[in-house]
Amino acid sequence: MKVELNVNGATHVAEVEPRTSLLDCLRDNLLLTGAHAGCEHGVCGACTVLVDGTAVRSCLMFAVQADGYAVTTVEGLSPGPGELSVLQDAFCETHGMQCGYCTPAMILAAHALLSKNTQPTREEIVDAISGNICRCTGYAQIVEAVALAAERMRGQNLPPEQP
Amino acid sequence: MSAPSKFRFVSSDRRVREDRRFVVGKGRFAADIVPAGLKHVALVTCPHPAAQIVSIDKSAALAMPGVHYVLDGAELAQATNPLAAGLDTPNVPRRPLAVDVARYAGEWVAAVVADTRALAEDAAEAVAVDYDPLPFVLDGEAAYRGGVLVHEAHGTNVLLDRTFVWGEVDKDFAASPHTLRHQVKWGRSATVPIETFVVTAQWDPWREMLDIWASIQMPKYPDQAAMALKLPMSSVRVHYDVDVGGSYGVKRGIKHTVLVGYLARRLGMPVRLVEDRLENMRGGDMHGPERNFDVEVGFDDQGIIRSMRMRALDNVGAYAGRSPFQLGKPVGAIVGPYRIKSVQYQAIAVLTNKTVQEAVRAFGQSPTNYAIERTVDEVANRLGLDRLEVRRRNMIRREEFPYLIPSGSTYDSGDYHTVIDKVLAHAGYEDMLAERGRLRAQGMLAGIGIAACLEPSGGNSSFEPLLNPKVGTTTWMDSCRISVDLVGSITATMHTTSAGQGHETLVGTVVGEVLEVDPEAVRVVRADSLNSLPSNSPVGSRMAIMLGGAAFHAAQKIKDKLIAIAAHDLGVPAERLTYKDGGVFDPSAPDKKRTWTELVTVAHRYIHRLPPGMEPGLSVSHIMPVPGGGGLPTADGRVQMYPCYSFEFHLMLVAIDPDLGKPEIRRYVIGHDCGTVINPKIVRGMTMGGIAHGIGAALYEEFAYSQDGLLMAQNFMDYLLPSAHEVPPVEIVHHETPSPLTVFGQKGSGESGYLGAPAAVASAVNDALRPLGIVVNSLPMKVTRLGDAIAAAREGKAAT
Amino acid sequence: MKPAPFEYSRPSSVDEACALLAADDGARLIAGGQTLVPLMAMRLARPTRLVDIARIPELAFVRDEGGRIAIGATTRQYVAEHDPLVRSKLPLLARVLPYVGHGATRARGTVGGSIANGDAAAEIVLVAATLGATLTWREGGNDFEMPASEFFLGPMVTALPLPACLTSVRFPVWPERRVGTGFHEVNARQSDFAFVSAAAQIALDTDGRCTRAAIGIGAAAAIPLRLDAVAEAMLGMPFEEAKVRASAMAALADIEFMADLHASADYRRRVALTLAVRAIADAFQDAARRV
Repeated sequence: MKVELNVNGATHVAEVEPRTSLLDCLRDNLLLTGAHAGCEHGVCGACTVLVDGTAVRSCLMFAVQADGYAVTTVEGLSPGPGELSVLQDAFCETHGMQCGYCTPAMILAAHALLSKNTQPTREEIVDAISGNICRCTGYAQIVEAVALAAERMRGQNLPPEQP
Repeated sequence: MSAPSKFRFVSSDRRVREDRRFVVGKGRFAADIVPAGLKHVALVTCPHPAAQIVSIDKSAALAMPGVHYVLDGAELAQATNPLAAGLDTPNVPRRPLAVDVARYAGEWVAAVVADTRALAEDAAEAVAVDYDPLPFVLDGEAAYRGGVLVHEAHGTNVLLDRTFVWGEVDKDFAASPHTLRHQVKWGRSATVPIETFVVTAQWDPWREMLDIWASIQMPKYPDQAAMALKLPMSSVRVHYDVDVGGSYGVKRGIKHTVLVGYLARRLGMPVRLVEDRLENMRGGDMHGPERNFDVEVGFDDQGIIRSMRMRALDNVGAYAGRSPFQLGKPVGAIVGPYRIKSVQYQAIAVLTNKTVQEAVRAFGQSPTNYAIERTVDEVANRLGLDRLEVRRRNMIRREEFPYLIPSGSTYDSGDYHTVIDKVLAHAGYEDMLAERGRLRAQGMLAGIGIAACLEPSGGNSSFEPLLNPKVGTTTWMDSCRISVDLVGSITATMHTTSAGQGHETLVGTVVGEVLEVDPEAVRVVRADSLNSLPSNSPVGSRMAIMLGGAAFHAAQKIKDKLIAIAAHDLGVPAERLTYKDGGVFDPSAPDKKRTWTELVTVAHRYIHRLPPGMEPGLSVSHIMPVPGGGGLPTADGRVQMYPCYSFEFHLMLVAIDPDLGKPEIRRYVIGHDCGTVINPKIVRGMTMGGIAHGIGAALYEEFAYSQDGLLMAQNFMDYLLPSAHEVPPVEIVHHETPSPLTVFGQKGSGESGYLGAPAAVASAVNDALRPLGIVVNSLPMKVTRLGDAIAAAREGKAAT
Repeated sequence: MKPAPFEYSRPSSVDEACALLAADDGARLIAGGQTLVPLMAMRLARPTRLVDIARIPELAFVRDEGGRIAIGATTRQYVAEHDPLVRSKLPLLARVLPYVGHGATRARGTVGGSIANGDAAAEIVLVAATLGATLTWREGGNDFEMPASEFFLGPMVTALPLPACLTSVRFPVWPERRVGTGFHEVNARQSDFAFVSAAAQIALDTDGRCTRAAIGIGAAAAIPLRLDAVAEAMLGMPFEEAKVRASAMAALADIEFMADLHASADYRRRVALTLAVRAIADAFQDAARRV
């Protein structure tokens, strides 16, 4: 089937089987490899992308279901080549990762939180990333990264939709 | 306030250079590498715990669209050698695909190659395998006793059964006024990285080269792949510039690699296997230790433990691999941080019809620490003494280092009492006790968890000759190459993959420190296996010591060479010269100097100005052996295991709702001493992650089997990894006791946190349960099991 | 872990969806897919055709029907979670929705999908059973409705006919001024399916006596349990823990509790009682705060 996807603001046309997940389509057809397969059954969250600004599991969505939505992947967050968003930079500042495999998904989940909540509590941050399993960090430096990004964004008075 | 650092970059809170690529999704993981024309593998797996493979009918699968090949075990066994085993067990051959008999549920029986993974899975379903189910054994103790044999030709299920006696055990027991004996169990779990194992192979028949990109963390991986595939090692090129999505020990994947390597060559097509989560959990051969301990100690009225007898039986699953060595490494810290004078240690590895084990974070040390710490708690309880006080009395004192333990290892350094004091002060131990009292008064079960453990680090392999006298591999090296190019840029090369440990940052920091240049200006790259210096990969908490050490010495060689060039060029003895910020000068005659650029130019271009006989250019290598490594075990099994010993002290408060049995961690403090910290962000992350993993092993994670031999926890709905909800905030109290054996005083921290967290959680839960008169000595302590145990205890109390 | 092949259709109306279902025995509806897709990935579910109803406009709504709130079957869980009508008129549903999976699954998962799966451990199912919601569906051009008490038949088995499309869930609104709710669940990790859950909704008179009560237990047995005898025993009474416990114990006595990898039947029996009492106590307290 042919599917027309809006990903990171650009329109892409891909030829996929109905059974192709949005995750596999992003990786194999669109070569956006920032989304990762972890469990492929909707638990680990490594495949998280934003659909209309909300974090979803791209392994639990078929590509043919995704037309007409605005899909954002981690590749869509960086302001430009070699540049980091405030949130991405905060993850670097606190070292909110180790192997980097869950990181893009973690950042997207945090991005979705910060776009709705500019002053999240620790509990809200924990809850927002609780659907994303990280096996390396024990989450402490991830939670700190999100809190740091929120603080810096408030300081910079950035519009909430651009963390 | 800490004292000003004697280092310029080492120990300072610098960013981790690897992070930049990960936060933008530009890591280069094995599944991101897609050669043109890539074909995909799916596996046919055995649905029985043991079965004769009567026949395999491939015809329907081969007739399906997009299918290129169906490989069975017989063909693969003919073309390849069995996988390397650690022990001398020739009648327990291990192969990527089962031959004639499958020995655990999930074992790979055939492999399908197709244009896409989905088509390969379709075809895998169509491969008709006729099985004749066989009797099976799951329980390790039952397998040890005999009965059903997992490998008939081996004649027994026992792979290893060796008893060591170090010191006067019987005499020390006889002299002890008290003895205590109990059984504790460590359940089967693993590190379970979020990335499964991935390997891609491509064969070039004209160059006779097998290129491999894999998510590996494995010593001797290219060697083993080449040997199994019957290729010269120079025809196997493993690419190390692959980011590995977590490993913590398990990303070995040798059977995956032999399978895919063979297929790539056989078919003339690039082939890859991306394990799916079911293949990974059932047949990825990455389960960790499943260990029954029987521990007996002799001690006096003061709680001083004089001697210990420990029997450890590990259920290693259906094939040997390297996993039995996980009973060997703990020999190097068999007494933990305590002055136990004599030890008897019986190490048993048995085969069962369960999934094969692989190396898991700490390589067997964490289960052993758990057994020791449970025992120390019970000694205190038996005597009615404070658990902390008993530990303090038994612990090796600062002035006793270097300290030789009965099993032959010398602990390099430590200051355990100070770390404990610092943790107690930080935590407000009295307040914690009061809080426990308050919780108990409210009707909760509440307990304080204590664990004091060692992290042996530096990664020797003395456990190999210790447990298999036919193996002479006593130690392992690691290497670094540094080149300063003709315009003066520095490139350091490392020779292995990384799985999140920040090795590029490590090398950059160390080289920057020695050469007094900005670490960010040091490019760090990874060789492939054909232009690599020897490395033994990041196992055994070794890279800060070994890669850091190799980088240090290589940078030192560059520095020495620059000084030698300057001395010759200036006509001044080298001893008179000082190296500073990349330049060399004579402090007594400051105009006598050469800048970095001048020295580099001489080295690369003005060869005539080099000292006679000196190699042109500025490229050096250093291959570093493990400090103090290389000794063979004595006849009674004494050997120096790892060189350096980090220390960690866990203190926590747990509350359990008695009606539900659900433990909740209210406070968690850890004191951590891994000597000089090279990068604080990395060490903290390792420790936090290790604690989270340890909490998982203690409370949530278990590869549970059904009575009919099937793995029940084979997906992430049943195998429960801690989420952000389950991991409490952890406070780290830092202490530094430098190692005298390493270049900066650093020790390892790759396994930190995990060494003691399970023991600490078990200690806390048991402290909480004590008023009920029950003990839970089996991990994981799942909510419902605790709930059932508490209910039984309360009913028993009500009945009496 | 790739699903077996299937065809995909996205009808624009419920009747069109039903026609597609009727034409192919192997066809299944998909809305959020948060339960179905994992089963398909493991090839435990193998629909020949997926009929995607997620974008049929007539199925996504939250409507005040006077005396009840109707929630369209494909209303996303996170939409219901933040809906003002749900928050003001269906306090028990509002209370449990944050416990459904994770944010990322509620963003796709639908209220009707949870009901149609009929998992006794699902929070929405528990609330539907506890409050006595009515389920409506369309089949062959006709509309049907059924009370929750008849709808849930067994583990993941409901009375919904295969070629039917669930259209809405109608939750009764309690008009009493003093309505309180309580909800507890136990699981290994906070976001897992519960081993046991309990929900209670209580209405109090001005003296703090119970005028109406609904109590349900989830995840413990094959279907969600409604403890009507417990509710009746509380009528006209203030909260008395011992009495509540006794009546709940009696009500749970004959239930066949499930045992699985995660929890024994004994655990579920004990904890069902504990949570039922706690949920009721919370509901009383919650109601008492309202004047």
